[in-house]
Amino acid sequence: MTRQDRIQALSALAEDRILILDGAMGTQIQDLKLDEDGYRGARFADWAQPVKGNNDLLNLTAPEAVKAIHTAYFEAGADIVETNTFSATTIAQADYAMEHLAAEIAAEGARLAREAADEMEARTGTPRAVAGAIGPTNKTLSISPDVNDPGYRDVDFDAVHQAYLEQARAMAPYIDLLLVETVFDTLNAKAAIKALIDLAQETGEHIPVMISGTITDRSGRTLSGQTAEAFWYSVRHAKPWAIGLNCALGAEELRPYLAEISRVADTRVIAYPNAGLPNDMGEYDEEPHETAGHLSEWAASGLVNILGGCCGTTPDHIRAIANGSKGAKPRNPVRRERAMLLSGLEPFELTA
Amino acid sequence: MTNSASTFVNIGERTNVTGSARFRRLITEGDYATAVSVARPQVENGAQIIDVNMDEGLLDSVEAMTVFLRMIAGEPDVARVPVMIDSSKWEVIEAGLKNVQGKAIVNSISLKEGEEPFLEQAQKCLAYGAAVVVMAFDETGQAETAERKFEICQRAYTLLVETVGFPPEDIIFDPNIFAVATGIEEHDDYAVAFIEATKRIRAELPGCHVSGGLSNISFSFRGNEPVRRAMHSVFLYHAVKAGMDMGIVNAGQLDIYDDIEDELRDLVEDVILNRRSDSTERLLAAAERYRGQGKGAELTKDMSWREGDVSERLKHALVHGINEFIVEDTEEARQSVERPLHVIEGPLMDGMNVVGDLFGDGKMFLPQVVKSARVMKQAVAHLIPFMEEEKAAAGEEARSAGKVIMATVKGDVHDIGKNIVGVVLQCNGYEVVDLGVMVPAEVILETAKRENADVIGLSGLITPSLDEMVFVAAEMERQGIDIPLLIGGATTSPAHTAVKIDPVIDVAPVVHVLDASRAVGVVSKLLSDDREAYAATVKQDLAKIRERRLAARASKKRLPIEAARAKGWDCDWSAYVPPAPKSPGVQHFDIPLAELVEYIDWTPFFFTWELKGTYPSILDDPARGEAARSLFKDAQEMLKQIVAEDWLNPRGVCGFWPAQRDGDDAVLFADEERTIEKARFYGLRQQAAKDSNNPHVSQFDFLAPEGTPDWLGGFAVTAGDNPEIVERFEREQDDYNSILFKALADRLAEAAAEWLHAKVRREHWGYAPDEAFSNQELIAEAYDGIRPAPGYPSQPDHTEKRTLFQLLEARERIGMDLTNSFAMTPASSVSGLYLSHPDSHYFAVGRILRDQVEDYAKRKGWTVEEAERVLAPVLDYVPGTPVAA
Repeated sequence: MTRQDRIQALSALAEDRILILDGAMGTQIQDLKLDEDGYRGARFADWAQPVKGNNDLLNLTAPEAVKAIHTAYFEAGADIVETNTFSATTIAQADYAMEHLAAEIAAEGARLAREAADEMEARTGTPRAVAGAIGPTNKTLSISPDVNDPGYRDVDFDAVHQAYLEQARAMAPYIDLLLVETVFDTLNAKAAIKALIDLAQETGEHIPVMISGTITDRSGRTLSGQTAEAFWYSVRHAKPWAIGLNCALGAEELRPYLAEISRVADTRVIAYPNAGLPNDMGEYDEEPHETAGHLSEWAASGLVNILGGCCGTTPDHIRAIANGSKGAKPRNPVRRERAMLLSGLEPFELTA
Repeated sequence: MTNSASTFVNIGERTNVTGSARFRRLITEGDYATAVSVARPQVENGAQIIDVNMDEGLLDSVEAMTVFLRMIAGEPDVARVPVMIDSSKWEVIEAGLKNVQGKAIVNSISLKEGEEPFLEQAQKCLAYGAAVVVMAFDETGQAETAERKFEICQRAYTLLVETVGFPPEDIIFDPNIFAVATGIEEHDDYAVAFIEATKRIRAELPGCHVSGGLSNISFSFRGNEPVRRAMHSVFLYHAVKAGMDMGIVNAGQLDIYDDIEDELRDLVEDVILNRRSDSTERLLAAAERYRGQGKGAELTKDMSWREGDVSERLKHALVHGINEFIVEDTEEARQSVERPLHVIEGPLMDGMNVVGDLFGDGKMFLPQVVKSARVMKQAVAHLIPFMEEEKAAAGEEARSAGKVIMATVKGDVHDIGKNIVGVVLQCNGYEVVDLGVMVPAEVILETAKRENADVIGLSGLITPSLDEMVFVAAEMERQGIDIPLLIGGATTSPAHTAVKIDPVIDVAPVVHVLDASRAVGVVSKLLSDDREAYAATVKQDLAKIRERRLAARASKKRLPIEAARAKGWDCDWSAYVPPAPKSPGVQHFDIPLAELVEYIDWTPFFFTWELKGTYPSILDDPARGEAARSLFKDAQEMLKQIVAEDWLNPRGVCGFWPAQRDGDDAVLFADEERTIEKARFYGLRQQAAKDSNNPHVSQFDFLAPEGTPDWLGGFAVTAGDNPEIVERFEREQDDYNSILFKALADRLAEAAAEWLHAKVRREHWGYAPDEAFSNQELIAEAYDGIRPAPGYPSQPDHTEKRTLFQLLEARERIGMDLTNSFAMTPASSVSGLYLSHPDSHYFAVGRILRDQVEDYAKRKGWTVEEAERVLAPVLDYVPGTPVAA
């Protein structure tokens, strides 16, 4: 199947039912209980810095384990898995002095997910898609890291744009979609969007993109201060295949902001919350049936087109979500009157 | 809520260097912080989009656009609305697009340079995600006739929609508003041409919008505001009818169309619509009569509310804060019910609930609420004797929604904010035990235990109070006092609460309360059934802030102190002769109250009352204006009384000493030969890495080094105090006037500092004998020289005040003193140093590294630990932990 065929098949499927995205990569990796040496593998045994916690590095040092996680999610019912490339940018890898490896990590991550998807597709005959995960990086373009100097930034648009361009270029041969996710600063996401538009110009090939923002707390705003609706207007020019929210909050807390997006988005809506809010130890203890309970209510209420899980979710969660949303009618994208839609931190609309 | 508009969108124009002289000056001087404050009021006043323009020949416009947009990104009051990135240079526009997270408007692109750059720029706007203004401008020039305006717009529309795939709804045409009534006949039809072109554009180019810069139209009547306002209104009236749906407009330069005097409207309409050949002459002839005309209808008091029944009257009195009839109405109500308590639970609480709802909805503002509370207290005060009597008979206990202990912590004397919070809590049925100012931790905690308090609230204004708050929290932890702790006051912050206070206390939740309007919500949540969930959320939020702070701190580059020193501010001292003071030594003054009034900066006064906005525009604010005007009127009346009855006795002291720079410090000499060292002031230097070549400033960089004779000045002023007046208001349960008085005293202290500084510049130091600035210019610091205060951003070390007070003999001469935390007494006081260099300016030291702290400790003869304690708010590291290389 070519990318185009698969996207077509996926689009058709999305007319009939809720599509299922996978769950957390990090939680599954934690279960592997790898130590520093486990992360390093043979290749980085002498690396000068600790690398434990660099989950994306495992694409190079423990590829089979990563692929097995993808397979487990497909087996649990995922239509789409995300590549293990959340931090595979030069900016994020700088924490481990691995900037020069970012492209290789991204490419390998995409290849592993592709292998898992192709094997599953061959086994089952149903199309399985790979979404290239593009994380927010660990820098922010809209917020000064120094309270005393609000005009200061430790990174600029061009640097973030360049990092994303390299990441997307490395993943492009293997993936069906891109997923710009966990957007806590919309300007970072806009740099990613520009990079994807530039990449499409460069290659002449358009890869559909999904965009997922993060509401950081119950104020209902992203970390950079935007409301969910304002966030949508800021990224709508990407003409995304899907728009939505993930991470930070559990399903219960996320619902009102998802409903806000669902009300205004003239494209598919994607949502993949955490397994509840973290406990005192920073662990997520919402059970699969609890998460699935919330999400099937969203599906039944016609809020979403694509469901999955973020931090703390497991293949069992995804299985429960897939079962719980079975039979639910997918949401119909809203049709809107023609209007100029602008945004600051808040949305602005001027009808034509 | 979407900010939706279907008729006319008002684009703010104050943040435009070509339109606002003040904004231009601030940007060219690099004073971005103040420049941001120009943006805020226009959003508050209803601008739905703000236009940002940095096209000024002497500016690095790319840099200015970048920095300004980054600055406002952190200002929620401004960043709320979309930005219009306005420049004639594409590189400036692109810099803007790289620094806005929202969807902005690009203003503008055009066919001026032909199709190729036009298409390329439009494509980039699409990739960055922006709407675009297209000027009616092509290869042959700007369109003047309706016909050409339309043709160019049509051509651009086709190119954008068909070639680039630009969404039509994101295209805004600007068909050029040019000045009319210029005396040149060809210009007479300009307004009509715009209006006609607008009609065709909206009718024939579906989906798009039409915008324009309104002030151009009236350019020939500069200086005659009434005529300009009328021209704007009339033009807009017709242009909007034709389909203009956006415009760059100064809302203050518009009249309501129907309010314009008939004759003027007709004359203006003749000009705009080009109805007669002599319309310009006729308007010119009449214009002088309108110049300087203002509006001013006196409102007569409406007393019809006195006709309602007694509960209606009580409600009206509460909502409108009228205490004239409160005692007689309360008494009437008491006689009509069975028990006095029923008056409180009935009409009074009903009225206060209305007040609470209106405040919660943002329809009432703090000064109004405090006035309502005054009425409520006076009503309750009337009822108390009757209730006591009844209680004595029945033996019951009154109940409240909860008990809150409030205190300004030890070492601090500032209590306006705390009093406001107390009033607001009381209005909402909470019992407040106010321990006053300078309250030691043990008193706060013992009272809390004894009174069985539900919540403890700590307040403070100066930075050392932050440490005292940490201490109170740590004591609570040690003693196991599990009462929720509220933190508030000007220097407190969510970040400080998260990083310093929350980690030392586990037994009880700590909540930072931003302002009085949030206090009730927080307290009610802390006392609700869901309090544990709420406390957990608060704790998580604080943990998140903490993580973010640590991450941010680690990523910010700072220079070692030696490297920062090498990049200090400097000038060619050999080419500069510092002015010698005309009257050296120390002298003190009684300051005439009456002279201070004109020096008052009112904007902070309104801030004290949580009416955020700039004076005087706050008075015309559509939402807060009414509250602000009423407060301002009360303030003016009390101010008159303060002056007439000498409620305060302002006084000040200043001194000048031969001085020279020594490293980051200033050495003061007892003699003009500079041989006998008299004292030393210490300085701290900025270490944060700079984007540009800006210097790493320390305050004594502005003082000449050895070899160039220079002088340093110092001052302390106080508005004085009047415990009798304060006690009187408190006795009368009149929080409103009590807070008003203290807030005015604070303003008078600041005014005294301004008054003395002006006098120093003109006479005592005398380096600007002919200086004549308006109060606005003084507030904007247009003069030469600065007066940095110890404990503020240029020198965060409060202990420097001790040296200053000793040199000035402040206690002996004018009765000013310092508390153990270096707060000044009386509370309404200001002190600081004087530096005379014309290029001296205010700055913030920012966070500093351990190397500078160690060096500073050595210079001051302190241990490093002592220095770390004093400088805690600006440390870039956690004391006692190893520093990463």
